[in-house]
Amino acid sequence: MTPFLSSEFAFNYRRNLPAVLGSALLAVFALMAVLGPLLVLQDPYDVSQLELMDSFKPPAWLEGGDGRYLLGTDGQGRDVLASIVYGARISAFIGLTAMALSCMIGTTLGLLSGYYGGTVDSVIMRVADIQLSFPSMLIALFMMSAFGTGIVMVLIALTAVGWVVYARTVRGSTLSEIQKEYIQAARVAGLSDLQIIVRHVLPNVMTPLIVVSTIQVGTFILIEASLSFLGVGVPITEPSLGLLVKEGFDVLFSGIWWTSAFPGLFIMFLVFGINLFGDFLRDELNPRLR
Amino acid sequence: MTTPVLEVRGLVKAFPVGGGIFERLRFRKGQLLAPQKILRAVNGVNLSIAPGEVMALVGESGCGKSTVAKTIARIYEPTAGEIRIDGQDVSHLGFREMRPVRRKLQMIFQDPYASLDPRQRVKDIVIEPRRAQTGRTMSRKALEEEAVALLARVGLNAEQANRYPHQFSGGQRQRIGIARALSVRPKLIIADEPVSALDVSIQAQILNLMMDLRDEFGLSYLFVSHDLSVVHHIADKIGVMYLGFMVETASRDQLFNQPKHPYTKALLSAAPTVDKALRKPEIEITGEVPSALRLPHGCCFRTRCPLAFDRCAAERPALQAQPDGSSVACHLHDQTSVARSA
Repeated sequence: MTPFLSSEFAFNYRRNLPAVLGSALLAVFALMAVLGPLLVLQDPYDVSQLELMDSFKPPAWLEGGDGRYLLGTDGQGRDVLASIVYGARISAFIGLTAMALSCMIGTTLGLLSGYYGGTVDSVIMRVADIQLSFPSMLIALFMMSAFGTGIVMVLIALTAVGWVVYARTVRGSTLSEIQKEYIQAARVAGLSDLQIIVRHVLPNVMTPLIVVSTIQVGTFILIEASLSFLGVGVPITEPSLGLLVKEGFDVLFSGIWWTSAFPGLFIMFLVFGINLFGDFLRDELNPRLR
Repeated sequence: MTTPVLEVRGLVKAFPVGGGIFERLRFRKGQLLAPQKILRAVNGVNLSIAPGEVMALVGESGCGKSTVAKTIARIYEPTAGEIRIDGQDVSHLGFREMRPVRRKLQMIFQDPYASLDPRQRVKDIVIEPRRAQTGRTMSRKALEEEAVALLARVGLNAEQANRYPHQFSGGQRQRIGIARALSVRPKLIIADEPVSALDVSIQAQILNLMMDLRDEFGLSYLFVSHDLSVVHHIADKIGVMYLGFMVETASRDQLFNQPKHPYTKALLSAAPTVDKALRKPEIEITGEVPSALRLPHGCCFRTRCPLAFDRCAAERPALQAQPDGSSVACHLHDQTSVARSA
């Protein structure tokens, strides 16, 4: 551990306030998502724990607030904080899983595209170009409305819009790596194309992948929130943060602002934290930006 | 006569350039055309290396000497011609048939920084060709022991085997590259400018190591270089290339003492010497090397040759054996016309 703490990476990290802030935010959210049920008093989806009498309680510090419900309650008497904690788990699960799926698919296609070039490359990259000419929200929205909703569909839709970023990043790095003589050396050594890709190209394109993955998680959480807000995302039984905002939005103009505002703020800080940390990684791991 | 380790006949390598079909599409005179530009890097090269022999390929940048080396190593597919390794024609072998040939033929690369995978440990780099040969039949431990022995032979210790390439200097990295080539005990090592990226003081160490290994393992080298002093130090015979053609091949002493082709003469006179007594008047050649995309007809050197005459533009000279054992491609040394006039 000591060599890492004294490394240049650790040194730059300590001096980079946004990075420290971003990762602190992420650490808090990660703790919340992992320990979630232990932190809050109520399981918002266990109907037996809900008190209808406690519906629409404002946050605890306002007049009429209740000490048991720090951020107030919604129309069914659900604790907003508890809903956020549970919702964050679903949002994080969707964001991370979609990232993993699109990373696998996009990286594979990017490696093939960059390594083989020619027709393979043209086909994959033209599909990517066509897809990039539409806003990713539009594609996801179209898929969700055409093929139905649910967590699995959300994951498929996010993967379908997310692979492009990986494919293009990996293709670019692959193109620059396969120029280098160590790839020729591997060929002279007698390695097959697959062995060269797995043993030599992939490890050398990992750095940009890590950076892209960080930012993508934030993007996916946002897209999922938007889909759920528009009513084509996750079902009401598995409410993500976006769905909480939507639910609260219905009563926003009755002066009950806390049911939508707090989940909204939470999404904002979550994505903000991810992006701060992602930017730091990008600056740190990309030698061209030094 | 023993079988040559390497015999190359009429090797041609042409690269299509100018991008894919859509980038090349042109609309001219009412016709849609996709002209294909072809870069003629190597235009019919012959060479042969006997067991234990060191042959050097020299020439200026872009003359195709590295392409010859990499085509023989089958990094590039030859466009035409025959490559015989130990008597076996390998020029059209597929990947699987090529793998056993790799046991006889290995390569050392020019750039000691780019030729080692930065994410691999040195012991894995060194043993990679051996591992590709043995597959799973050898245990990881046995491979590692071999790697340490190889590193020891090139002057690196066992403790360094677990490090990554960036922890080594240029000279040490080139030793790692040599150990890698040695791992399958090849008969022939193709060395593509192996010392040109190194300091002069390190160059001598690496060259001496290569020569020691030749004696120890009975290696042959095809040694590509633009540095005539390096070539003079190690080569038994030398091939001079210009614009993808072999213009002269001769033993080292013949080439340095009695160069025949005008280009060889110019090349030798351009090499800097410290000793004033050895300094010859420089033969200046003017102009630029013609583009390999549009080769001149006739002799390729005629556009810059101070001795060019009308026949040079009309007819491309073939590489011909000379009475002293060398070979020259120049109409001034045409043996058939000499024979005819005699």
